Amino acid sequence: MNYLLGLAGNQNCGKTTLFNCLTGSNQHVGNFPGVTVEKKEGRIQKYKTATLVDLPGIYSLSPYTAEEVVTRDFLLKEHPDAIINIVDATNIERNLYLSLQLMELGIPMVIALNMMDEVRASGNVIEVKKLSEKLGIPVVPISASRNEGISELMDTVMRTVTFKKRPERMDFCTGPVHTAIHSIAHIVEVPAKEAGYPVRFAATKLVEGDQPMTAALGLTEGQMHIIAHIVAEMEHELGTDREAALADMRYTYIEQVCAECVIKHQETREQVRSEKIDRILTHKFLGIPIFLGMMLIIFWLTFSVIGGPLQDLLEWGIQEITNGFSHWMVEMHVSDWLRSLLIDGVCAGVGSVLSFLPLIVLLFFFLSLLEDSGYMARVAFVMDKLLRKIGLSGRSFVPMLIGFGCSVPAIMATRTLSSERDRKMTILLTPFMSCSAKLPIYGMITAAFFPDHGALVMIGLYVLGMVVAVLSGLLLKNTVFKGNPVPFVMELPAYRLPAPRSVLLHMWEKAKDFIRKAFTIIFLAAIVVWFLQSFDWSLTMVTDSKNSILASIGLAIAPIFAPLGFNDWRASAALITGLTAKESVVSTLTILNGAVSDAQLSASLQSMFTPLSALSFLVFTILYMPCIAAFAASKRELGSVKSALLTALYQTGAAYVTALIIYQIGSLLLHFI
Amino acid sequence: MTLDEVKPGHGGIITKIGGEGALRRRLLDMGLTPNTRVEVRKVAPMGDPIELFLRGYALTIRQEDAAKIEIKEVRFQ
Repeated sequence: MNYLLGLAGNQNCGKTTLFNCLTGSNQHVGNFPGVTVEKKEGRIQKYKTATLVDLPGIYSLSPYTAEEVVTRDFLLKEHPDAIINIVDATNIERNLYLSLQLMELGIPMVIALNMMDEVRASGNVIEVKKLSEKLGIPVVPISASRNEGISELMDTVMRTVTFKKRPERMDFCTGPVHTAIHSIAHIVEVPAKEAGYPVRFAATKLVEGDQPMTAALGLTEGQMHIIAHIVAEMEHELGTDREAALADMRYTYIEQVCAECVIKHQETREQVRSEKIDRILTHKFLGIPIFLGMMLIIFWLTFSVIGGPLQDLLEWGIQEITNGFSHWMVEMHVSDWLRSLLIDGVCAGVGSVLSFLPLIVLLFFFLSLLEDSGYMARVAFVMDKLLRKIGLSGRSFVPMLIGFGCSVPAIMATRTLSSERDRKMTILLTPFMSCSAKLPIYGMITAAFFPDHGALVMIGLYVLGMVVAVLSGLLLKNTVFKGNPVPFVMELPAYRLPAPRSVLLHMWEKAKDFIRKAFTIIFLAAIVVWFLQSFDWSLTMVTDSKNSILASIGLAIAPIFAPLGFNDWRASAALITGLTAKESVVSTLTILNGAVSDAQLSASLQSMFTPLSALSFLVFTILYMPCIAAFAASKRELGSVKSALLTALYQTGAAYVTALIIYQIGSLLLHFI
Repeated sequence: MTLDEVKPGHGGIITKIGGEGALRRRLLDMGLTPNTRVEVRKVAPMGDPIELFLRGYALTIRQEDAAKIEIKEVRFQ
């Protein structure tokens, strides 16, 4: 017998840690269909027949966010055999709020009472047995980070599943709410059963005025009328509205239960410590400088101290292997075209992208430290005001900042954002933050045209990228992403030491993700570009890439860029190869100009561009769609090729318009000077 | 008075949650229900959002949303 289990709980309650404890490294990561919400699955270590699905961290089963809807749909439509509900024992009141809603589903359920070690260490007591009796479901005290109680939890879950032990009670209400829920339960009993929904859950949701539930049950007008009447009566009696009435009912019950089962003398050490740490980290004057300083250190460690040398080492290794491989093929008399395909196409293309792996793994090491320690929520708290104007929240700040290093991890980092809308918007805006692979392009153009103002041009372009991102944010906020953003009501969890296992698993997952990309989409793209560069239309290999297919495509699309000032086949060919990796723009321009030195390259660039058209080219290069690796990342995070293509199209469009404005206004100004 | 007018270190008992839709529901779900004790702990460096303490945990909300929460001020120790 195969069992399907769902792991549900609030954010920051140790859910990921518990998931890792229960499943080990045996995990499969994907997205829930149609949304950008992550879906993790794994088999329970001790009972291989049980599949555990990690549901998104939520606080309620309201119908407002993608995460809540996904969880509801999973629980209602996939019919899991049991729910494991993880509850943070140090924050039990708010955590049980979700539990009460889950119990109404009538699915066998076990509460994993996490962080019991912290409760005990502070001298507080939770009477687990009494709590279990009061709630009518099994409660198992655990500490996921110390791997305590996990085995007992697994046994209890399997017992509950095998005996199909449903929650013994789901009636937590009194007075008018009780009357309303029961009256409505009678009315919707038949339609709810027909639609396959638990009656009690359906009735409660109808009292709350839940739109999706109302729609799903297909009630008659008469039934709707009676329900409206019942709710109106309840509201009248309580002197409050339906949503507040139910929230109040649940919390009142929880307060009663806690009064009997929880003895809390003081806040836990972790909570006291957090308040002290926050006196510095979210300090009025120190908060922002500390955050920026921390990011600076992360960048410095990643790009120069550890990651840079590792990247060089990996590049060197790949180069050596490539050389050896090439010599071997010469000796084995492998045909020229095949050797070129493997060396110039595959090894060069995949190799150049693969050398970014150390940077990505390192960035994710630091990012998961920030996330798991609880600091990321403080970043959102400190930076929120800045990003709110463009319709995002403080949480998007970190991915955007990572974007200055590399768009790939930046886009991958959006997965921790708690709203789908914010995730999509951040994925779209992040590539406007100029990444480090674009630095060689700055170098090339400034050396040829603005040798005395290099720094100024560079800073100017970084700022321009941010300006375009802000304007795009404003535009999107009022068009595509119109409507109410998910409210910024966010928990500031207690600071905790990250669990090494979670951090390592997280790094490994991201590394795997990236390697998979390198050998699939990037591999293909490298071969395509190699083919275009090495063959002419009669499919014979060319010795001079001026005669290649790439060159003729460059020639064909060059007129598109005439309004931007660079109607030049070499420039457009470089933009195409730049899609494999942005620094390829430099190598392509070098090859196509037949330049052998930097001075020669500068000279030929000066014959291709005027300073103004060079600037326009640079602006376009900085802003147009990111490299194929970043595209693949955004495809994965957005969950659909179509959204990723639309995103790329928007970015390229924005690049075109910006470069056009700069070139045209520049020309006009030059005309008058 | 409303919660956005409360100075850090002060607090009170919630009397009414205003607002509507997703925001209001979210506030209620997070435990900001009538008769709950809430304290304003801190204001973010740029003046917004604010940090609250209620039901044994810390929560951050924006000033404009805090303005929709009515409280009766109570002096804590």
